[in-house]
Amino acid sequence: MSKQATPGNVATAALKDQSQERQKAMIAEHFRKLAEAPERGEKCVYTFVPGNLTELIDSFGLLPVLPEINALQSGMRGKSRDYIGLAEKLGHSEDVCTYVKCDIGMLKSGNVGPTGERLPNPDLLLLSYTGCFTFLKWFELLGQEYNAPVAMLHVPYQGDGVVTDSMRTYVVDQLKKKVIPALERISGRAYDEEALKERLARSAKAEEDLVWVLESAKRRPSPIDAYFGGVYYIGPIFTAFRGTQDAVLYYRELRAEIEGRIALGKGPVTPDGEIENERYRLVVEGPPNWTSFRKFWQMFAEEGAVVVASTYTKVGGVYDNGFRHDPNRPLETLADYCMGCYTNLNLPTRVQMLERYVREYSADGFLINSVKSCNSFSAGQLMILREVERRTGRPGGFIESDLVDPRYFSASNIKNRLESYFQMIEQKRAGGA
Amino acid sequence: MTGLEQLLGRAEELYRDLRFTAVSEWKKRNGGLAIGFMPVYVPRELLHAMGVLPVGVMGAGDDLEIIRGDAYYQSYICHLPRSTIELGLNGALDSLDGMLFPATCDVIRNLSGMWKMQFPEKYSHYLDVPQDFDANVGGQFYRRELEEIAEELHRRGARKLEPAALRKSIAAYNENRALVEGLYSLRIEEPWRVPTHELYLLLRAGNVLPVEEHTVMLRDYRAAVLADEDRRSMDQARVLLAGSFCEQPPLGLLRTLERAGCYIVDDDFVQVHRWITGDVRADGADPLADLVLAYLKQGIASPIRYIDEQVKGQALVERVERSGAEGVIFCAPSFCDPALLDQPMAVAAIERAGIPWTSFKYAENTGQFQVIREQAGTFADSIKLWSE
Ligand code: SF4
Ligand code: SF4
Repeated sequence: MSKQATPGNVATAALKDQSQERQKAMIAEHFRKLAEAPERGEKCVYTFVPGNLTELIDSFGLLPVLPEINALQSGMRGKSRDYIGLAEKLGHSEDVCTYVKCDIGMLKSGNVGPTGERLPNPDLLLLSYTGCFTFLKWFELLGQEYNAPVAMLHVPYQGDGVVTDSMRTYVVDQLKKKVIPALERISGRAYDEEALKERLARSAKAEEDLVWVLESAKRRPSPIDAYFGGVYYIGPIFTAFRGTQDAVLYYRELRAEIEGRIALGKGPVTPDGEIENERYRLVVEGPPNWTSFRKFWQMFAEEGAVVVASTYTKVGGVYDNGFRHDPNRPLETLADYCMGCYTNLNLPTRVQMLERYVREYSADGFLINSVKSCNSFSAGQLMILREVERRTGRPGGFIESDLVDPRYFSASNIKNRLESYFQMIEQKRAGGA
Repeated sequence: MTGLEQLLGRAEELYRDLRFTAVSEWKKRNGGLAIGFMPVYVPRELLHAMGVLPVGVMGAGDDLEIIRGDAYYQSYICHLPRSTIELGLNGALDSLDGMLFPATCDVIRNLSGMWKMQFPEKYSHYLDVPQDFDANVGGQFYRRELEEIAEELHRRGARKLEPAALRKSIAAYNENRALVEGLYSLRIEEPWRVPTHELYLLLRAGNVLPVEEHTVMLRDYRAAVLADEDRRSMDQARVLLAGSFCEQPPLGLLRTLERAGCYIVDDDFVQVHRWITGDVRADGADPLADLVLAYLKQGIASPIRYIDEQVKGQALVERVERSGAEGVIFCAPSFCDPALLDQPMAVAAIERAGIPWTSFKYAENTGQFQVIREQAGTFADSIKLWSE
């Protein structure tokens, strides 16, 4: 590993962990399969990250496509500005979620995915409708564009902070009567519960290791960044790979690598190297910005700010509360998984979760990145800010950006705010609080 | 002052009364619970049958200065939740014993949690309406939802939900809905008799009055306008207004559109009155099942309702035909996800049918209408030219 000192708290390092290589290969292979799918007669299902039914889809031999992931990748690859512009020209409002517009723009520009290969059209739009109403509209829009069938799974919201039997029965009934028959129709295969159970057992294994990795951030220094680094760690389990052997191996490897870092007393790896001096431990609420992801991360890393826990890494499943997919209750466990995703939790539960993170991860403060696109996350965040501050006594910070619309990422503004926020933490420390 | 003027004066007074005095008075007289509800739809029959007054809360329009509400919402979120929080914080909603937050959008959904934290002593419930319209799937879930609400309200002092009472309530709301629909039909036939800014005030009055009283108001209004010889037809363009189903446009905006040469012949305002089309069965053995079934099978097409097997925008085209509208104005609140995400699909259907359209956005507290007036005026003129 080559190392070179940089200003601040980061040392450059050319690090390519085995787990990273594995993830890259898994993704490349998946997109290759998708590109070849029409030729090979394989069918694909478009679906969303929160409340995805990956094990079920895979048990039918179908390939998932996740439009949100394509949108965020377009953001990272600098394509989203044009895609969003195109969608707005076509009549999509400037006020709505930019993931949707980015996806529509990509579709209208030839539907070329993140690896440069063309994505197949959907054979089914599996609308598992978890934590956000925009999903519903998104697939209505795509349903028209592709003239593809939609299978709806309405996942009830945890309005009272609990999952009731009635909610679970409703989801299971829909799985049995609507979703599974739709998957059977598209795949030409019968539902195979044993195949589903095998996949669910593998999910649980991977989840165990993922939680271990996320919780490693309770140490000082934290060996991981649980937001910027975290989005890579959740990649396989939030997308096409939950329930696969590849995912099991990925998380096993990742865990071993983190164990190694802990043994050496190392901090997190960033694109510019390792953080050698952990100055601030933060909890972050809200999705990251993708168009300036690296710059955004740098603003933290340079200050020695490490994110020790985040809620965004729970959008595709909350596992650190003990939930694991349970092969003994295959459909019920899928229902519980869907209902448990982060944005499907009510605001009091979200506040409790943040409060717990601040305490359990010994954070100096918590920060909200409020994105313009996403009412599901953002509506209520100012109240969350005050409430978490009140309950923990730690300073809260608030910045605003967007997911994939570069027009709403003002680097200087965010940097200024972060700087004053870090000063606030320093003052609090100096005051002995 | 004529009877009609008096009636409209009363409706406007109710509309402008942001302290919800009518609700406190009702409570003093009747001693029952009053439960607020956010747009768009809740089954008011259920509350009524338990002796509870359902109270529609639709933000605060342009009459309230937002002092604290802005500290709860970022600038890129619609206006309705901030004025609603403001009303809660300034004590205007103290007469309400609770709030229902129907599954309209993420903003209202999250507001339900904010309410729980801000007003922990009050009942606050997110009403998750099904997006599956199968009686044995979504219907079962919805029924259990309603039963739970009924049980909780009973625990809090409301009468027990009894089938006989529910049948009566269904009948009362059927009558009320039919009268609302009757006024909408009259407006289609003779829009000059039922100006939209008046009809709108009547719909709003139905948010706070007990249904029986509102029914009388609707009936009196109809009789009065039919008898009013001074109301005459003018050369105006007939338009359908789409997208204003949640945060409501200010009254001034409706007047502006009318003055700009538009007869609004169909709209989405205060949709709770028109969400269910036709009558809910009022003589069944299981009236709760009938209420559930009406939701599943008789609900209107709306951006907040999953389209299922139907064709997107088709219902809007049919409404245009039924109302004899010559054009559509998409008139949605700024930052309203369901309305604005739906709009491109609705526009596509409207264009396929060769119907002219225009669009603009508003906030409930928009105070300047000059641009809208010009845009609507030009649209109305072009429609008139088109039809000549
Ligand atoms: S509104 Fe938020 S949760 Fe919904 S699709 Fe957009 S980014 Fe995702
Ligand atoms: S105006 Fe639109 S976005 Fe705002 S609360 Fe109503 S439905 Fe939701």
